[in-house]
Amino acid sequence: MIYELVVGLETHVELSTKSKIFCGCTTAFKGEPNTHCCPICIGLPGTMPRLNEGVVQYAVAAGLALNCKIAEFSKMDRKNYVYPDLPKAYQISQHDKPLCYEGHVLLSNGRKIGIERIHIEEDAGKLIHQGGATFIDYNRGGVPLIEIVSKPDFRDVEEVVEYLELLQLTMRYIEVSDCKMQEGSLRCDVNVSVMPKGSSKFGIRTEIKNMNSFNNIRKAVQYEMNRQIDILESGGAVTQQTMRYMADVGVTEPMRGKEDAHDYRYFKEPDLVNIYVSKEQVECIASKMPELFSSKLNRYVNEYRIPLEDARLLAEYKNVAKFFEDSVKCARSEQSYKNCANLILSVIFSKFNSEEEKEIFNISVSSEEMFKLLSLQEEKKISNNMAKKTLEKMLETGSKVFDIISEADLQGVSEDRLLEICNLALNENEKAAKDYASGKDRAIKSLIGFVMKQTKGRADAALAERILKDIIAERKF
Amino acid sequence: MIFELNKLLKSKKVSAKELAKKYIEAIKREDRRLNSYVYLSEEFALKCAEVVDSKLRNGEDISILEGLPFTLKDNISTEGLPTSCCSKILRGYVPIYDAFVWKILKNENSVLLGKTNMDEFAMGSTCETSCFGGAKNPHNVNYVAGGSSGGVASAVAAGLAVYGLGSDTGGSIRQPASFCGTVGLKPTYGAVSRYGLVAFASSLDQIGPITTTVEDASLVFDEISLRDEQDCTCLGAKEKTFSHIKDNISGIKIGVAKEFLNLADEDVKKSVSLVINAYEKMGAEVEYISLPSCEYALMVYYIVACAEASSNLGRYDGIRYGSRVSSYTNFHDMICKTRSEGFGKEVKRRILLGTYVLSCGYYDAYYKKAHMVRSKIINEFNDAFKCFDVILTPTTPTTAFECGYSAKDPVSNYKADICTVPVNIAGLPAVSVPCGFDCKGLPIGFQIIGQKFHESKILNVANKFEEYTNACYVKKVTGGYPYDI
Repeated sequence: MIYELVVGLETHVELSTKSKIFCGCTTAFKGEPNTHCCPICIGLPGTMPRLNEGVVQYAVAAGLALNCKIAEFSKMDRKNYVYPDLPKAYQISQHDKPLCYEGHVLLSNGRKIGIERIHIEEDAGKLIHQGGATFIDYNRGGVPLIEIVSKPDFRDVEEVVEYLELLQLTMRYIEVSDCKMQEGSLRCDVNVSVMPKGSSKFGIRTEIKNMNSFNNIRKAVQYEMNRQIDILESGGAVTQQTMRYMADVGVTEPMRGKEDAHDYRYFKEPDLVNIYVSKEQVECIASKMPELFSSKLNRYVNEYRIPLEDARLLAEYKNVAKFFEDSVKCARSEQSYKNCANLILSVIFSKFNSEEEKEIFNISVSSEEMFKLLSLQEEKKISNNMAKKTLEKMLETGSKVFDIISEADLQGVSEDRLLEICNLALNENEKAAKDYASGKDRAIKSLIGFVMKQTKGRADAALAERILKDIIAERKF
Repeated sequence: MIFELNKLLKSKKVSAKELAKKYIEAIKREDRRLNSYVYLSEEFALKCAEVVDSKLRNGEDISILEGLPFTLKDNISTEGLPTSCCSKILRGYVPIYDAFVWKILKNENSVLLGKTNMDEFAMGSTCETSCFGGAKNPHNVNYVAGGSSGGVASAVAAGLAVYGLGSDTGGSIRQPASFCGTVGLKPTYGAVSRYGLVAFASSLDQIGPITTTVEDASLVFDEISLRDEQDCTCLGAKEKTFSHIKDNISGIKIGVAKEFLNLADEDVKKSVSLVINAYEKMGAEVEYISLPSCEYALMVYYIVACAEASSNLGRYDGIRYGSRVSSYTNFHDMICKTRSEGFGKEVKRRILLGTYVLSCGYYDAYYKKAHMVRSKIINEFNDAFKCFDVILTPTTPTTAFECGYSAKDPVSNYKADICTVPVNIAGLPAVSVPCGFDCKGLPIGFQIIGQKFHESKILNVANKFEEYTNACYVKKVTGGYPYDI
């Protein structure tokens, strides 16, 4: 039988508010264990939570970015369970009245992934197992989270990855989270089931907990799908259970029953008041939202005529996109947009050693200087090669365009002068000329190189090539 | 009494240190038989008193509670001083922060004498579930002080503190106040910050004063009922009550809740009838009213309070603070043993009950239904307040229980809270005022219930009774104390 995969995701995103959700402690990552704590976030007897308004604003922004409706009334609930990293023995979360609901995300294949709800809650601390003992670091306890619950709309593991990448980009765009999987600020639980292709009745699902890399998600889902198919094919039934993915051996295995059979005994948090978000507040947050990734991507492709893959790279990070847009703001031609894209992707990106650096995009060239450079290029006052070299120098030294390119450079090389230099090139490199004439196409490169060197890169390389070829044909080497 | 003492201090007839020493000596002398204190902060008290004395020497003015020796129930967080909730599980726990109310009083240089006895985690109405043993009734030590704030009531009644702060979840201020012949005010839910009050049932808990007179209750309430950003359910009082306690009450409408009166025993009924007569003579209009839903208040209370308690007490696992058993095999074993040994029987009973009513499959039948009934009770009170300014009831159907009586029958013990519990369910303010003695010489109290944030009104009505009776019941309790200082 042919089976179809069905996946739903519960994604936890750590919000990047300065302080925690219920107290004033910092949310900074790292830090000596138990130094970002206070009586409230370690749940000392008698302390009470106070909701950080920023968390609600960030979560509303996230909801809007994912096309959700925002609940005018929502509330906080207690989710009771015992674990050493949870100092109050309950997590303050939202149970039946989430802040955001009914949203969706559009994938590149045109499919819509439904978002059931987004709610706010507090993170737990971290257990550190060391030398046979267990230590607890409560620094992360009380860091605000949003949990984004998708509908079981995924039919392919690549859709899952695209959705998560999109989520990551979107959250970074609206600056509510840095979504770093390796630091745990983006984690997800994956619900997997299979059903006969074409069926509308879902199979029994398993939940793979705490996935923290795209690669592992791919492998885990693939493995779990095959495991379930094998069970069904041999006449068995899938058991609904919580799994953990063992990345080192590449298999999923059930977690212990105790952690599986939770009765969270939810009830309304009596220490907090209800949350009311007015339409005006939602509008205010919406008005401050930047243009989102998907919309930028569309614009780059349709308006600037940038190839899709390049557009994706430019739009991926907000700072890159901003530099690109600012640089071409006053440009007139499609060629300039393309030139700018090329310079960013080839010259500037080659300076960065990591995605992080790319994201921060700390460069010594302003968009105004970039525009000047693009204008020279557009007016053919400098060659593409010259533009690249100039930009490289600007990046290295922080100089301005006209510190590097002199008036003389801008004179360009007249066609007569170029003809002269081409002739000189052929005279001094007879061997190369002969090689080319005898069919060694690559020999022309060294001739062009000679011309460029003579003109200090100012010559139009394409024109030089044409002239050289013409002369070689004429003079019959 | 607060006024008189404040005057004595200001006139330098007595120094704050002398006053503090007097109280500390009294505690050392008397408390062996009463067991009202579980921790004495003598050094701290004397240091505070010295600060006040040096202010007075420098000719500085002092505020009303400044330099006055008082006590806090052992569930109010005090930085550097033990806060055990009279539970074994919090043995050795010393908080690193101050409760909001204590912070206010500390800033005023109030002289904290120590922490007073209570039922374990405020669960009980006798003070006998305390891991230190119960506080005794100063009127007869064979009888309980009541609970859960039994230690505060006992100490204040015996002159071992000028006043004290307790907490009231289902009557824990008013009932011991009544048993010991003192005044106990349970403020509106949200009038006094709960920040730093170790939670029992968060939607019901409220801090309030136990004092010898209504005037004192008003003065203390006015100091502590400030808005607190740390407790978002706390709005603070809407006005100072003290300027209203002498208002004329002629024409005021008092509803006497007949269901509660009918439950009371003969001595209590008799005393409360005299109270009613007194109010009529003062020109109040008194009528009998019915609050039929209050019959269900106890059930609502034991569901809601236990549910919240089961969650609030989950944190006592022996990991971060308090006591931990010495041997265990793993995390779960450690928690099980620590909690089994650390919690007393009554606390365990309520945790189990609360866990049960919140469990999957039972939530709708118990917790959800309890909240529906809670709304009904609130509405019934609201309707009553359309016709009446205040509601009058006995504070308790009986006078103080005999020591050891409670342990035999927990359910009948729960029933004794019938008059006080509905007030917490509805979040209303109520004050208990002494109004007589039974045939055994044990104090009787009556309760005045008001609308939300109408503390001024109930204290006004209560104070008028005290004025009318020339505070004779108070005087009998305190023996004229402190005028012979």
